[in-house]
Amino acid sequence: MNSLTHGMSDRRAEAIIGILLRSGVTIAAIVVFAGAIPFLMQHGSAIPSYKTFTGEPSELRSVSGILKASLALDPAGIIQLGILLLIATPVARVAFSVFAFAEERDWMYVVVTLVVLGLLLYSLTAKNL
Amino acid sequence: MNTLELTALLWLGSLVAGFLGSLTGLGGGVVLVPLLTLVFGVDIRYAIGASLVSVIATSSGAAAAYVREGFSNIRVGMFLEIATTIGAIAGAVVAIHLHLSWIAITFGLVLLWSAYESIRSHPGSRGPAKQDQIASFLRLDGTFPGPEGEQAYHVSHVPAGFGLMFTAGVLSGVLGIGSGAVKVLAMDRAMGLPFKVSTTTSNFMIGVTAAASAGVYLTRGYIDPALAMPVVLGVLGGSLIGARLLAGARVRILRILFSIVIALLGIEMIFNGIGGKFAQ
Repeated sequence: MNSLTHGMSDRRAEAIIGILLRSGVTIAAIVVFAGAIPFLMQHGSAIPSYKTFTGEPSELRSVSGILKASLALDPAGIIQLGILLLIATPVARVAFSVFAFAEERDWMYVVVTLVVLGLLLYSLTAKNL
Repeated sequence: MNTLELTALLWLGSLVAGFLGSLTGLGGGVVLVPLLTLVFGVDIRYAIGASLVSVIATSSGAAAAYVREGFSNIRVGMFLEIATTIGAIAGAVVAIHLHLSWIAITFGLVLLWSAYESIRSHPGSRGPAKQDQIASFLRLDGTFPGPEGEQAYHVSHVPAGFGLMFTAGVLSGVLGIGSGAVKVLAMDRAMGLPFKVSTTTSNFMIGVTAAASAGVYLTRGYIDPALAMPVVLGVLGGSLIGARLLAGARVRILRILFSIVIALLGIEMIFNGIGGKFAQ
């Protein structure tokens, strides 16, 4: 592979990754903010309890639980959906890189990137870590 | 204090942390956990969860700007992300078994080290690396835009860099920080990458590393939406303002002041850790 063309398509892939990351963060921030307003209207005058650790209820812990809670328009669920989108942004970036390396026929890096993607998906879905 | 008032204060504090972190290049994550635990009395587990999410936000937000400059090396980044993600998951898993005092003390030591690293200048680089068999096999050598067009560079000491990156991942998973300083150390000093390539590639990797530990923290119920909301929005806003101002700012003095603050927070974390303040 010619190192110059290899550099050129890398730069193009990086430009797309830049747009992907920026959009991901923007959308996530909007969703968090959209959940924050009803959350503060409902719970704003309550006394918060971050001093003692209780852990989150199960519907705010898993991908499926968060989707369900936010579809039910639960404000805390919507905020958590925004946070999930934020966590998903770098994951999407890695997923995109798989295709970018495949397009360059750089199979070694397709494998490297798939390993990273697998680890990320494992951390998000494994129950008993 | 009710939730509305506390949320407003958390937002403001995180805004300042994100602003100073991006302006000085030290990252907002490193002061966030001390701020939340020492000033706001938040449980350190919730604080780490909120910090991890903010680290993802600032890294991804800043990467978009860095990408245009064309300095980062995506092959080096992706290959080393194997080490950082394994380290991050391992760190997050180990963190539940660690006594909270030990987490606080480790955090304090990392803060002291970060403060020291940021004040000293950067003579430590190995200088340009020579051709290396492992690096050639992995096609890690790259180019970056220099004053006279594209400049080629070599990468060396891949196993040492890989090991340091695993450590960076573990620290990120245990403490909820981006570990940018350790990542730069691995690439700049161990692997001999040009400094600018090291810092941009490090920023690129931080989001992926933090996402790996954030996944574990989320499924374990350590990420509280009510706390994470003002922290993420504050840090993100602050770091965007900081990045805007960066072009014209004289950051040398600010960097020293911020390092002193970080060192003091580090000492406070160590004392509170030894005193058992985090053990509940």
